[in-house]
Amino acid sequence: MVLGGIILATAAAVYDGLNATHNQSYGPEARGGASRSEVIISRGVIHYPEIEHPDVLVALNQEAADKFGLNVRDNGIFIADSRCKSVPSKNSVRFYRLPMVDTAYEVAGSELVTNIVALGALAAVTGVVSREALQKAVAASVPRGTEDLNLKALDRGFGLVK
Amino acid sequence: MMQGNEACVEGAIAAGVRFFAGYPISPATEIAELMAEKLPRVGGAFIQMEDEIASMAAVIGASIGGVKSLTATSGPGFTLKQENLGYAAMVEIPCVIVNVQRGGPSTGMPTLPAQMDVMQSRWGTHGDHPVVVLCPSTVYECYVLTIKAVNIAEMLRVPVIVLSDAIVGHIREKVVLPDPGEIEIVERKKPLVPPEGYLPYRADEDGVPPFITYGKGYRYHITSNNYDEGGFPATNDHKVAHALINRLHAKIEKRRSEIIVTEEYMLDDAEVVIFAYGCTARSAYSAVETAREQGIRAGIIKALTLWPFPREVFRKLGGRVRTVIVPEMNMGQLVVEVEAALKDNPARVVPLNRVDGKMITPGQILDLVKEVI
Amino acid sequence: MAVHVDRYLRLHKMPHIWCPGCGNGIVLGALVRAVAELGCSRDEVVVITGIGCSARTNAIIDFNTFQTTHGRALSFATGFKLARPEMKVVVVTGDGDGLAIGGNHLIHSARRNIDITTILINNSIYGMTGGQHSPLTPAGSYATTAPYGTLEPVFDACRLVEGAGATYVARGTAYHVVLLQRLIARAISHKGFAFVEAVSQCPVGFGRRNKMRTPSEMMRWQKDHAVTVKAAAGMSREQLRGKILIGEFVNRNLPELTEVYGRLIREAQSRPGGE
Repeated sequence: MVLGGIILATAAAVYDGLNATHNQSYGPEARGGASRSEVIISRGVIHYPEIEHPDVLVALNQEAADKFGLNVRDNGIFIADSRCKSVPSKNSVRFYRLPMVDTAYEVAGSELVTNIVALGALAAVTGVVSREALQKAVAASVPRGTEDLNLKALDRGFGLVK
Repeated sequence: MMQGNEACVEGAIAAGVRFFAGYPISPATEIAELMAEKLPRVGGAFIQMEDEIASMAAVIGASIGGVKSLTATSGPGFTLKQENLGYAAMVEIPCVIVNVQRGGPSTGMPTLPAQMDVMQSRWGTHGDHPVVVLCPSTVYECYVLTIKAVNIAEMLRVPVIVLSDAIVGHIREKVVLPDPGEIEIVERKKPLVPPEGYLPYRADEDGVPPFITYGKGYRYHITSNNYDEGGFPATNDHKVAHALINRLHAKIEKRRSEIIVTEEYMLDDAEVVIFAYGCTARSAYSAVETAREQGIRAGIIKALTLWPFPREVFRKLGGRVRTVIVPEMNMGQLVVEVEAALKDNPARVVPLNRVDGKMITPGQILDLVKEVI
Repeated sequence: MAVHVDRYLRLHKMPHIWCPGCGNGIVLGALVRAVAELGCSRDEVVVITGIGCSARTNAIIDFNTFQTTHGRALSFATGFKLARPEMKVVVVTGDGDGLAIGGNHLIHSARRNIDITTILINNSIYGMTGGQHSPLTPAGSYATTAPYGTLEPVFDACRLVEGAGATYVARGTAYHVVLLQRLIARAISHKGFAFVEAVSQCPVGFGRRNKMRTPSEMMRWQKDHAVTVKAAAGMSREQLRGKILIGEFVNRNLPELTEVYGRLIREAQSRPGGE
């Protein structure tokens, strides 16, 4: 999830010429703990890097949906994975339930590329970054040799949004 | 896109640092990891030592060997480094310590931000020692202030601390780095006399003695006991001690204008001024921008140099400033310095403190601005 | 070999601060003669010390010298050696400085096999602070902080550093000074972490509290209790009880840290992206 945030911020700041900050938080566990990526994208200078009420929230598991679902700003966007059973969401929020984890399994046989699928879905829903910028940022950020797989995952993410 | 900790590494290497010794500690570990990768590529050396004390010692040892040296840590490790930081201050060996602050005391909140080491960075080691502390609030400042830290260390033969924090160290931002040719790099002043006439601690007018490393025909002694110009112990010599301690402080005081960096924003007509540093300055900027949109005359003094404390900047505040707000992620460490700097000014000084591992929000500052105006 | 020691000393810094009868001067003499025997120039030798009586060794010898914080000399030396692999680095420490406060640095320096020669002057006591017990004060001996006799067992410093990975380990005494000089010379010419324990005497801090009032009594004790490694091979465990072994215990060649790191630098620089 941290890498996904970095890619989004890179796409905006480096390839779309905007400003962006990326901020991360995680627990003491090296693997398996909750992790969160916060990305701010702006035409202006970004000072305060933390987000209390996001315009867009992507929750990839139930824990994230439960913890942050109600924080989304009015008229904001909330994208939850279809594996989440119940999702707390306000009426004023545009809500999407998309099979991001399932798609990752279809593409890579594991949930490893879920973050990239989610980026595609997020960009398709919001248009906050261009598809080209995101493709460049993915190719530049993922481990060498996995570019094609990840770009495929990105395309599939875009495809999740009709 | 670059992380704050990464920018420290890039700045250090650009400034000529070729030795790093460290010990794993969150949230500073990225600096050690990147140094391990990058230093051998530029002909430098990295070593992970057995503890924080040893890593500080190794950094000073390498600097005595003539190599620009740096280490990085966080609060608990910084405490362990204080012993040898005092040594470096006393025997005048250039070195840089990056302290990526986290919540304390003790192990505290290992990955959450704080600004609780402001006083530790100034007074953490025993004795009345000289030290310089720089404080970045953006990724770009991590880069330029690390370069400045290395330059000041080499220029004044003094330990310099880059006081970062978990927010600034971990945030990623877009930075445009200057061309290597545009960066000013300072080298240690070399002796102009032959070995026979060299006294390792005879200072020039600026209070700084020229330095030459071993193996070049200049054999001399270094001791952390009170020492004379020849570098030999003068343990109970009161006159020598008086002159030495005064010189160690004077060499910094003489260069205040080169060391001190502050940034001013919307001060001209400000009625409320926020004095901020580190990650809290980011919140202050957000707060002031919103305040201005609402017609409130607020401004900012941002300190990039914390020690020596930039008291000069407060002279610019005229009589129209009614309140100075000092937001800090500690129980109020620099607010006392602000009060002292404003002792002839009727402006009221109001602290704003937060110690729960979260940033002070722009909203908190804005609310206080509205309250005091 | 007769050596004019004077040219290696900072005679203008005499007199030294050691008490009459102290063994430190003998160890220092052995070090200086060993360097002379090896034909090293004074410019290429760096002598680093920590705190305590042992640390006062280097102010009076005319090499490149620096005294550091208590117990940390080896860590300073590690940084220095990595920065300047071409220099010969010698650390002089004591049983308190090197084994108590500096014990962690000692075992890790041994483990790294970094090319540093460590001479540990073992006088069984903290001398400079007035006679407190150290990790090498024999159990049952008296010290200012052990008025009823020490209750703790001691380290075997040589076996400790051998176990930690040192590639040269030896022990000599102030009494067997010719042997000591030879061991130090071999330690300095050894490539890797070399450790020489020099059993020495502190008549003021240790001897007078432990029924050895004069320096000569203490040196006689060294003479009577030392057994060479060679002689010990033919002795029973019973016969060796209470004796100290002297001579060379370990002398092996293994990869040395600064050499290995030098190779890493050359490889890293030859790759794309290297300077």
